[in-house]
Amino acid sequence: MATLSDPPSEGFRLSQLLYDTRYRSMTIQVIAFMLIMAGLIWLANNTVQNLAALGKDFDFGFLTTRAGYDINQRLIEYSNDSTHGRAALVGILNTLLVAFVGCILATIFGLFAGVLRLSNNWIVSRLMGVYVEMFRNIPTLVWILIVFAIMTEAMPAPRDFRGEDAEAMMSLFGTVAITNRGVYIPSPVVGDGALILGLVFLASIIGIVFFRRFAKARQEATGEQLPVLWVSLGLLIVPSLVFYLILGRPITLQYPELTGFNFTGGVHLRNSFIALTLALALYTGAFIAENVRGGILAISKGQTEAAFSLGLQPGRTMQLVILPQALRVIIPPLISQYLNLTKNSSLALAVGYMDVRSTLGGITINQTGRELEGMLLLGLFYLITSLIISAAMNVYNNSVKLKER
Amino acid sequence: MKKSVFFGTLAVAAMASGAVSAQSMLEQVQARGELLCGSNTGLVGFGAPDANGEWQGFDVAMCRAVAAAVLGDPNAVEFIPLTTTTRFTALASGEVDVLIRNTTWTFSRDVDLAFEFGGINYYDGQGFMVPRELGVSSAMELDGATVCIQTGTTTELNLADFFSSNNMSYEPVPIETNAEAQQQYLAGACDVYTTDTSGLAATRASFEDPGAHVILPEVVSKEPLGPVVRHGDNQWGDIVRWTLNGLISAEELGITSANVAELAAGTDVPEINRMLGSEGELGAMLGLENDWLVTVISSVGNYGEIFAQNIGEDTPVGLARGLNAQWTDGGLLYSPPFR
Repeated sequence: MATLSDPPSEGFRLSQLLYDTRYRSMTIQVIAFMLIMAGLIWLANNTVQNLAALGKDFDFGFLTTRAGYDINQRLIEYSNDSTHGRAALVGILNTLLVAFVGCILATIFGLFAGVLRLSNNWIVSRLMGVYVEMFRNIPTLVWILIVFAIMTEAMPAPRDFRGEDAEAMMSLFGTVAITNRGVYIPSPVVGDGALILGLVFLASIIGIVFFRRFAKARQEATGEQLPVLWVSLGLLIVPSLVFYLILGRPITLQYPELTGFNFTGGVHLRNSFIALTLALALYTGAFIAENVRGGILAISKGQTEAAFSLGLQPGRTMQLVILPQALRVIIPPLISQYLNLTKNSSLALAVGYMDVRSTLGGITINQTGRELEGMLLLGLFYLITSLIISAAMNVYNNSVKLKER
Repeated sequence: MKKSVFFGTLAVAAMASGAVSAQSMLEQVQARGELLCGSNTGLVGFGAPDANGEWQGFDVAMCRAVAAAVLGDPNAVEFIPLTTTTRFTALASGEVDVLIRNTTWTFSRDVDLAFEFGGINYYDGQGFMVPRELGVSSAMELDGATVCIQTGTTTELNLADFFSSNNMSYEPVPIETNAEAQQQYLAGACDVYTTDTSGLAATRASFEDPGAHVILPEVVSKEPLGPVVRHGDNQWGDIVRWTLNGLISAEELGITSANVAELAAGTDVPEINRMLGSEGELGAMLGLENDWLVTVISSVGNYGEIFAQNIGEDTPVGLARGLNAQWTDGGLLYSPPFR
């Protein structure tokens, strides 16, 4: 009767941690983890000790104290009696405004420049090449300052508009004033019946969407093309215009007027806002143009040729065949360009734009001396904003990326 | 093993952080052989490099005085230009030894920011400058104006208070440095530039046509300017405070850069003897040479000489002594006695 003996079981020895491949990687990871934790603890400990040495505490209470300073551009109610927290919120909204407008403009610039750079027209493609290289290779801050300098040095001061034979005239039939303090444009004044007009306008847009669907279904069924563009334009304008006149012009425009030192009335687009948004959009647009060009070049030439041989015109080929495929290549790098633009908006202080870096991260820190708390909050804000943008763009990316069946 | 690595690292960390700031500020500066002085980014008369790249000005002279006291050499200073927004962080983090840069002494800066003000070297107040062609003669006529202002200053808060207490509206244009403010103001991007009146006078002096700009008569705040150090080293604070007091006392007692060497040999005025070291051990009590004030005054002059040379009525800045005269002349300068 044979007894099966187990293989001799060796006890676990400490040296196995280093020499046994089963454990070695685990050992290395544990040591690396401990080093990282020790580093973090050292940083935290050092901070606490140094704060204590300086006699400072760690407290976010300053957010609820009176700010005492004024902010020129505010999207929500704010005065110098508001709190530092409110001032931070004003700054956050200003940052988001620049980021939002900047991203839209950058996408438009980038799309046009990217497509046109591939144009067969030599001058157009070279011009776009010059644009891309100029903006891509000069730092953002320099562009922001250049645009700002042009706006403040070259434009007339508001007082030049005064008098019978003024040195400067308002543009666009006297409705827009371009000054060295910014651009004043007419603002809409909402009267009675504006709500109805809004609903009519909304209904027209819904109508357009339905008409487009109908036209597409019709084309797929019968091959007959309906004049989509003209009908859409008509639907957009005619009902709103008719109701606008019937309701007795419920929305009027308030034009900027020169009173005292400045123009009043209308919307004031400050130079700092224009300079920052425009420079960021042009700069980021140059990078997006390269993404777009790369995306288009990634689509094999056969696709274009196939589309041409089906009789599609160049414009429709781009719109229906090339761009939908190119988007899959363009979107992922586009996300990081949007993130760049948002984060670069923190250069706002260079032109005195009151973004969150200038309010929370600038004046508030300076008046309260809460550098650490302020900078942590600032970091947290940019982190959250970036993560949200990236999440939203990823959703969009999932909707356009190649669906494997 | 895990535990030993962990505690070992902790111990090293604790030692590394504990080893910081074992030396006093005086020893650190003397070991370095150079004073790190936080100064203006450029305000003619107070602190700006001249055509040869040499820093000149009223605040700069104060830096040189401290360097002369501590190191015996008024030129052993490295000037670190700081904007209004970076200055306190730079001082708190130890990037500069002393901040002498038109900084207003306020309660919260002294107490909450944990700084120590070494006295007042200039009594100032906030004013407004406008182009003469605007025809404005009082700050009360500034309703609706666009105002250029340096961010991170007390002027920013005073401005908000002034306009809201007078029920006037304004549009603030925040700006980082005096040079930028000057450019914006001259380009007409703002109607008014507001800062301390001394700063306005200094800025105006550098304009092509100073006569085309007026400083309005209203002074809307108290701005006592002075040198600032960090909390935590009282000896260093005392050195800065008594260097300033020494400059002020020297003017009061008639000690000038011309006669200081002669007076140092001994006089029949006991306070002069104590200050200049021929009697008593005042310098040694501060941890300095006994003739430290002789070095200071012979290299930069007394308060009055510094004032006259940099911002006085014979300079382009052209400031009158006003509040900054000796108390014996009806001003506010009043140094505690050297005793």
